Amino acid sequence: MTQTWDINGAELSSRLFLGTAEYSSLDALRQSIESSAPGLITVSLRRENAAGKGQSFWNIIKEFDIPVLPNTAGCYGVEEAVTTAEMAREVFDTNRIKLEVIGDDYTLQPDPYGLLLATEKLIDKGFEVYPYMTDDLVLAQRLVDLGCNILMPWGSPIGSGRGLNNVYALRQLRERFPDKTLVIDAGLGAPSHAAQAMEMGYDAVLLNTAVAKAGNAPLMASAFAKAIEAGRSAYLSGIIAKQEHATPSTPLLDKPFWHQEKS
Amino acid sequence: MKITINGTSKSIDDTMNIHDFLLSEGYEDKLVAVAVNNHFIARTSYDNYTIQDRDIIEIVAPMQGG
Repeated sequence: MTQTWDINGAELSSRLFLGTAEYSSLDALRQSIESSAPGLITVSLRRENAAGKGQSFWNIIKEFDIPVLPNTAGCYGVEEAVTTAEMAREVFDTNRIKLEVIGDDYTLQPDPYGLLLATEKLIDKGFEVYPYMTDDLVLAQRLVDLGCNILMPWGSPIGSGRGLNNVYALRQLRERFPDKTLVIDAGLGAPSHAAQAMEMGYDAVLLNTAVAKAGNAPLMASAFAKAIEAGRSAYLSGIIAKQEHATPSTPLLDKPFWHQEKS
Repeated sequence: MKITINGTSKSIDDTMNIHDFLLSEGYEDKLVAVAVNNHFIARTSYDNYTIQDRDIIEIVAPMQGG
């Protein structure tokens, strides 16, 4: 059974953060939200003409009593990201911002230097920054030094579906920042990737493409929600340590023919 | 005077503030945010900012995002 959890003082009903882009239709998006009941819904801003095409999307999101996490997707510069965040705060009425400052076109890898500069400015302006970052340990420390309580390292490049590219680095982040909220953001393809992240002790998973581009988006959204819950339960349960040799699970003592001489 | 709104050039005759401009462009009942020359203009400041010649105005609204 899903339990609520706390992120920077907000109570969330799920550890799934679901993106809203790339669905085949607004109805597919609506059904995916219904089937997975995410804890946060990510949203964005785009140029709007007077016809108001963004308003119909927003009307759907408002139907759900789920907090939103606006992003600065597509921003390559610090000032651009900061201005976008300020506009997002006004439109969505939240201090939360998923901060993306992209540094490379091909991989959409975050620019760590721009990310730090933008984070500092936004925290000064009262934002609750959810930084989309690489799995770099030193970058994580710098973000924490600036006041970030939440870190969102990528699993792999956005939309790639590769899962967790660098499990070692992601484990290091978990071990080194036990008191920070860690969210895997981007690159997941299968629910097993999400379960793996949660089994490692990550607090939540943010994904979009893996659901939106699935053959049946609402069904995949549900599958991810279950995998995240399963992974979390496994982490809390205590996963056994790996070993190199077999250990019989059935007790051998008093089994029939125990110590019977071989003929 | 000539301005740019969401990447498109436009001529406007009157000197007007952001509030009046949004009304004239049909945004009166839309949930939007505005930046001028890459600087955010808060809703509470719409009346105080008079649009200048060559201003670059961005008007954004909620959209799908990941």
